[in-house]
Amino acid sequence: MKTPKERSVDPATIEMLDHVADQGLSTAWDRFDAMQPQCGFGQLGLCCRNCTMGPCRIDPFGDGPSEGVCGATADLIAARNLARMVAVGASAHSDHARDVTRAMLAAAEGGDYTIKDAEKLRRLAKEWGIETDDRSLSDLAKDVAETALGQFGQQEGALRFTARAPEITRKRWEDANVVPRGIDREVVCLLHGTHIGGDSDPKSVMMAAMRTALADGWGGSMIATELQDILFRTPEWLRSRTNLGVLKEDEVNIVVHGHEPVLSEMLVAASQDRDLVALAESKGAKGISLSGICCTANEILMRHGIPVAGNFLQQELAIATGVVDSMVVDIQCVMPALADIAGRFHTKLISTSKKAKVPGATHIELDESKALQIAKEIIRISIENFPNRDTARVKIPDVSSPLIAGFTAENVFTALGGRYRPSYRPLNDAIISGRIRGLAAVVGCNNPKHMQDAGHIAITKELLANDVLVATTGCTAIADAKAGLMCPEAATEYAGKGLLEICEAVGLPPVLHMGACVDISRILVLLSNVVAEGGLGECLADLPAAAAAPEWMSEKAVAIGFYAVASGAFTVLGEPLPVQGAPGLTKFLTDEVEEIFGAKFAFESDPVKAARLMIDHIDAKRAALHLPGPMYETPYAPKTAEPAMSAAE
Amino acid sequence: MSRVVISAAIRGATAFVAEAETNLDAAIRDRGEDHKVEFPGTAFQLPMIHALMGLEVTTLGGLKPVIAHCRELLPAEPSEKLWLPYLGAGLDAGVTALLAMEATCALRYVDAEAIEDGFTGFISDTILRELGIQLVDGRMPGFAAVLGPAPTDEVALHVVRELQKRSILTFLMCNSDGVSMRDQLARQDVELGWDTYIVPVGRDTHSAIYVLDWAIRGGLTFGGHKKGDWESCLRYCRERIFAFGITFGPIPDDWYAVGAGAIAMGFPVISDHESTPEVRPTGVTTYEALVRQTDPEQIVPTCIEVRGVKVKVEEVDIPVSFSPAFEGERIRREETYVQFGGKYSKAAELLETAELDEITDGEIIVRGQDIDAAEAGGVMDVGIHIRVAGRKMKADFDGIFERQVHRYCNEAMGFMHTGQRDQIWCRVSKTAFEAGFRLKHIGTILHAKLHDDYGAIVDKVAVTICTDPAEVQDLIDHAVPAFAARDERVAGMTDESVDTFYSCTLCQSFAPNHVCMITPERLGLCGAYNWLDGQAAYEINPTGCNQPVVKGTCIDQQRGEWEGVNQFVYDHSNRGVERFSAYSLMENPMTSCGCFECIVAIVPEANGVMIVNREYPGETPIGMPFSTLAGSVGGGAQTPGFLGVGRLYLTSKKFISAEGGLSRLVWMPKDLKEAMRERLEQCAADQGLDGFVDKIGDETVGTTSEALLEHLAKVGHPALEMDPIF
Repeated sequence: MKTPKERSVDPATIEMLDHVADQGLSTAWDRFDAMQPQCGFGQLGLCCRNCTMGPCRIDPFGDGPSEGVCGATADLIAARNLARMVAVGASAHSDHARDVTRAMLAAAEGGDYTIKDAEKLRRLAKEWGIETDDRSLSDLAKDVAETALGQFGQQEGALRFTARAPEITRKRWEDANVVPRGIDREVVCLLHGTHIGGDSDPKSVMMAAMRTALADGWGGSMIATELQDILFRTPEWLRSRTNLGVLKEDEVNIVVHGHEPVLSEMLVAASQDRDLVALAESKGAKGISLSGICCTANEILMRHGIPVAGNFLQQELAIATGVVDSMVVDIQCVMPALADIAGRFHTKLISTSKKAKVPGATHIELDESKALQIAKEIIRISIENFPNRDTARVKIPDVSSPLIAGFTAENVFTALGGRYRPSYRPLNDAIISGRIRGLAAVVGCNNPKHMQDAGHIAITKELLANDVLVATTGCTAIADAKAGLMCPEAATEYAGKGLLEICEAVGLPPVLHMGACVDISRILVLLSNVVAEGGLGECLADLPAAAAAPEWMSEKAVAIGFYAVASGAFTVLGEPLPVQGAPGLTKFLTDEVEEIFGAKFAFESDPVKAARLMIDHIDAKRAALHLPGPMYETPYAPKTAEPAMSAAE
Repeated sequence: MSRVVISAAIRGATAFVAEAETNLDAAIRDRGEDHKVEFPGTAFQLPMIHALMGLEVTTLGGLKPVIAHCRELLPAEPSEKLWLPYLGAGLDAGVTALLAMEATCALRYVDAEAIEDGFTGFISDTILRELGIQLVDGRMPGFAAVLGPAPTDEVALHVVRELQKRSILTFLMCNSDGVSMRDQLARQDVELGWDTYIVPVGRDTHSAIYVLDWAIRGGLTFGGHKKGDWESCLRYCRERIFAFGITFGPIPDDWYAVGAGAIAMGFPVISDHESTPEVRPTGVTTYEALVRQTDPEQIVPTCIEVRGVKVKVEEVDIPVSFSPAFEGERIRREETYVQFGGKYSKAAELLETAELDEITDGEIIVRGQDIDAAEAGGVMDVGIHIRVAGRKMKADFDGIFERQVHRYCNEAMGFMHTGQRDQIWCRVSKTAFEAGFRLKHIGTILHAKLHDDYGAIVDKVAVTICTDPAEVQDLIDHAVPAFAARDERVAGMTDESVDTFYSCTLCQSFAPNHVCMITPERLGLCGAYNWLDGQAAYEINPTGCNQPVVKGTCIDQQRGEWEGVNQFVYDHSNRGVERFSAYSLMENPMTSCGCFECIVAIVPEANGVMIVNREYPGETPIGMPFSTLAGSVGGGAQTPGFLGVGRLYLTSKKFISAEGGLSRLVWMPKDLKEAMRERLEQCAADQGLDGFVDKIGDETVGTTSEALLEHLAKVGHPALEMDPIF
C-alpha cells in the first residue's frame, strides 16, 4: 500500500489521508489498492461483452484466441470498446447541454432563471441567423434555446457551431466525412455500429467515434458553455482560493459537486438570502459558506468566485473534514462511495439530478420552474444540520491557494486591447516572435493510478519553463491552482523569459483557468480566433499548439481527446487509451490518423517527457510555418528550429 | 515591469478625468450648457471625441456624456498582489486620458486662454491637409512627439537634428520644472516651425492632445473613416501614421497616461531614462510598445526601428545636412554669405537631354571663381547647366526634371533656392559656407538626387556650373529658346489632342476609392502632377500609381465622359465610382483624396461657383471656411457641387466647362486672385470676358451671400445672366 505522500503531492490531501486512515475510513485509493491486480484484458482493450456468445477475450501474447466468437479481431474489439467510451463521454457533455438549454427555455418563460448576458444572447442569435431587431430578451432566448435543442435531433447538415472552426479545418472534416450532423444522431449511429455484426472495420468505427466526438466539442460542450454564459453570465477575471482549507470551521459549509451548474447557480443566489443567513446565525454559525468539488465548482468559481474545495480525488476527503454540512451533488464523477463516508459523519448527501440518484442520499430533484425554492430548501436543510457536527472529529487542513480564474475566448480580446483595441494580435505576435513558443491545453481528471496532481503540475511546469502558455479546465485547473500556478506572480517563478515578458505585459498568470470540462469548447474557439487573427497558419492543425490529459480516467476525457485530435490538436495522454492490445488500432490512433486530421494521440505517463513531446510538436509546427525558434534560451532547446531573434523581430 | 507603467497611467488618467470634470462643472456654472465649445480651424469639432465616441460636441453640455464615458471607462489600479489582467485596463486608461485632456483643452479655448508665444496650440485641418501630399509621397516618413526637455541643450539639438535629417516632423511638448525643449532649442538659435519640421505645440502635458488630435484626423480625413468608427480610426493610426513618442527624464504619471493613449493609437514610446520599465511585446503597437534607450546617440535610430519608419536616407556627400526638412528654410540677409540671381545678379538653370556618349556620369565642373572669392554678403552670377543622358531619356522630360532642381537644392541646409529657369535666386548661408559648402556641391546634390529619384530613366548626369558673367549670359541665351519650345509643347496640348489620360492613385493609401484623372487640360487636384508628369511617371514605373487610361468612345463631350475612363475609374475605385465627368461640377464630378490645393463649390444664390484655396483661413459666402468644406469633399466620395482642384485648372479651357466655365466664377480669395491675375486675365480675354477678373468677388466685397449678390449685380457679373446652374 502506498503512503499518503506517494498517493498525492497535495499537502491537504496528504494530511487528510493520514486523518482518514486514523479514523479507519477508506477512500478511492484504498479501493484501488484492493482492486489490484487489475484486469489486463480490460486494460489492453481486449475484452468484449457486446453479446452473450461472449464474453470473449483476445490473448495479447498470441498463445490463445486471436479473435472473438463472431470473428472480431483485437483491433475491432478495442475499437468498439473505445467507441462506446466516446459515445458515453459525448452523451455526458451533451445531455448536460440539453439541461442547460431547458433551463434557458424556462428562463424565456419567466421564473427563477433570467438572462444574465443579453449581449451574448444577441451575438449568438445573430450568429445563428435569428432575427434580433426589436425583439424582447425572452423571445430571443426562446428562439435560441429552441434552435439549440434542434441541434440534438438534427438529422442532416452540419452542427451550427462547426462554422466557428477555420475553413480548412472544416474542409478536412468534409473530406473525411466526419462533419457532425446531429448530436443525438451521432451517438446513436456510433453505438449502432458497435453492435454484434455491425461495423467490422476498426478504422471505420474510429472515424464514427471522431464524428461523435466532434458533435461533443463543437456541439454539446459548446452549447453548454455558450448557453450557460448567456443564462448565468459570461465569466470575467476574478480572484478566489482553492483547496480544503477554504472550508469554514465556524460557518455552514455547503459543498456542491458534479458538473451541471443549473442548480448550483441558484444555491449561490439562495446562500445570500437574509432569512437563511439569519437562520444560520441562530444555529451558531457565522454564515453560510459555499464551495465546490470538480466542475460544478469550476462553473461557480468562474462566474462568482466561489472557492473550490478540491478536485475529483478530494470529494471523500472533503466530507472527512467533518465540517461539510451538506454535499449537494448533481451528475458525473460523483463517487457512489460518498453515501458511505457521508454516513460516517453528520454530512447530508443531497442528490439533485433526475438522472443520477445515490442510494443513501437525500434526493431533492431540481425542477427548473421552482429552482430558487428548492435551493433555499437545500440550504435550510444544511443549516439545520450544522448543530449535528461532531466538533471532536473536525479536521480542516490549513491549506489553500489563491488563484485568478475567469478566462474566456471573448475576454482575451479585452485583456489584450481594452475597450478600444480589442484584438488577438498581441497573442499572435507573441507566438510569431517566439516569446510564446506555443499554446498548450492541459486538462483532465485525477486517477489513483497516478500520484494525485503530480502529472498535471509537472507537465505544466515543464511547459511554462519552455515558454509555452497553458490553458486549462476541469480537475487539472484545480490542481494547478492548488499548486499556485494560477497566481500572476507564478510567472516570475515558473515561466521562461519569453512567456514571462508576455505575462508581465498583460498581467496574466502563466496558466489560464478557462472553466469546467465542457468549457474546453472555449479553448476551441480561442484557437479558432488565433487562426482567424492571422499569421499562424490556416487551420487548427497548423498552430504551434498541443494538448494533454496527464491523469485522465473518465469516458468524457476520451470523447474530449477524440474531438481534440479531430480538430487538429496533438494530444498526449498520461494514461494510455485501452487499445494497447490492438496493434493496428494503436498505430491508427498514434500515427495514421495524422494524415486525416493533422493530429494524433501519444501515450506518455512521464509528465516531463509528455511535455517535451508537446514541445517537439510545437517546434515542428513553428518550423512548418517558417517561424523562428523561441526568442530566448529555454531549458528544453528546440531540436530543429533556428535559434532566437530572427524573422518577426 | 508593465504593472508599474499601467498603474502610473491609470493614476495619471484619473487625475485628467477629475480635472476635466471640475473644469466642465465650473464652465457650465459660469456660462451655461449651451455655450459654444470648439477648436479653431477644424471640421471635426473635438477630433478625438468625434472619432472614438462619434459625438459632435459643440456645446459645454455636449461634454457631459464624454465625462460620463471617461468615468465608466476609467479602470482601477491593478492590485499589488494577485492582480487581474491589466493591459486592456492600461489602454482604456490611455484612451480615457485622451478624451479628458481634449475636454480640458477645449475648455481652455472657451476661456480664450492665450496660447503661449512660439507654440501652436490646436493644429488646424489646413495644416493637416497641407502636409498630406508629403505624407503620401513619403517625403515625410514619420512624426515624433517629444515630451520634456533633453538632459542637456546639446542632446536636444542632436536629437532634433537627427530627426530633421530623416525628414521626421517633430512636435515639442511638456516640460520639466517649467523647461520645454523649445527653450533649449531657442537658446541654440534653432529655427522652429512647420518649415523646419520642428513644431513646439505647448509647454504642458495637455498639449500632447493637439498632436494626437492631428493624428486621429488622418483616419477621418485621408482614410475616409466615419465618426464613431473607432476601430477603423485607430487601426488607421497604427497602420498608416508613423508616429512615436520620445520622453526625456523620469516619466511622471500624467506622461504615462498620455503614453498609454498613444500606445492605444499604435504609437510606441521611447524613453531615455534608466528608470523606465520596458514593454517589449508587440501587437498593440506594430513593434515594441515602450522601449528604453539611454544613449542619446541611439535615441533616434531606436525610434526608427521601433516604429518601423521607412526612411530613405540618401547619402548625399556634402558638408551640410540634407533633407526635405530643410526645404522651407529661409536664409535672411544677415545670415547670407553669398547670393546669386533675383534682382541682384544674373543666374539661370537649364537641364537638357544629352546623348549617352556626350557626357561622363558624375562629372561636375565649376568654371570661374567659386564662392570663396566673394566677400561675405557678396553677390555673384551663376549658371547651372545640367545634362542628362539615358537610354529612356527624352527631351519631353527636360522640364520635369529641371523643376526638381528647386526642391533638391533646398533640401541642403543653408542653401536657399527660389524661382525657376532664368529667374532663380539663391543664397548660401554663412554657416554653410563655413562648413565647407561650395558650388560643386550643387552638382553633387543634383547628380545624387536625379539618379535616386529617376534611376529608371537617368543613366548619366553631368553638371557644369559657371560664374563668369559672359559665360552665364551665354547659357541664358542658349536656354531661352529651349524654355519657349517647352511652353509651346505643353500649352499647345488639349484633351482632344491625346487619346490617353493618366490616372493617379498615389493617394489610395489614404482614400481607397479615390482616382485622380489627369488630362492635358486638367492637372491633378494636388497641383503637383500634370499630364506630362503622369506620362513620365508611367515610363519611370510602369506598374506604379500613374497608369495610362485610353479614353475610348466619347459618351458626352460637354461633360467630358468617356467609356474607357468610366471603366477604369470603376475598376480602380473599388467599384465605388461608376461614372466620371472630367469637366463637370454637378454631374459625376471627380472625387477628392484630401490633398486638393483648392475647393470649387457651388454658390446657388449667385448661379455660380466660388473657389477657395487652402491658405485662406476666413469665411466664404457659402458659410463655410476651407477646413469645413474640406471635411465634406475629401475621402474619395463624389460630392456634386463640390470639387477639389489644382489652382491651375481654373485657367484651363476645360474648367467646369459643362457648367459654362470661368464665367461661373463669382468669388475667390483676394490673395489667390492677385497671384493668378495674369493667367486669369489672359484666360478671360480668350473667352471674350472683358474686365471679368475684377467682377469676381472676394473677401473685400464680403463673405456673405447677400453682400456677394449685391456686388455681382453692381458689376454686372455674367453668371447672373447664365442658364440656371441646377
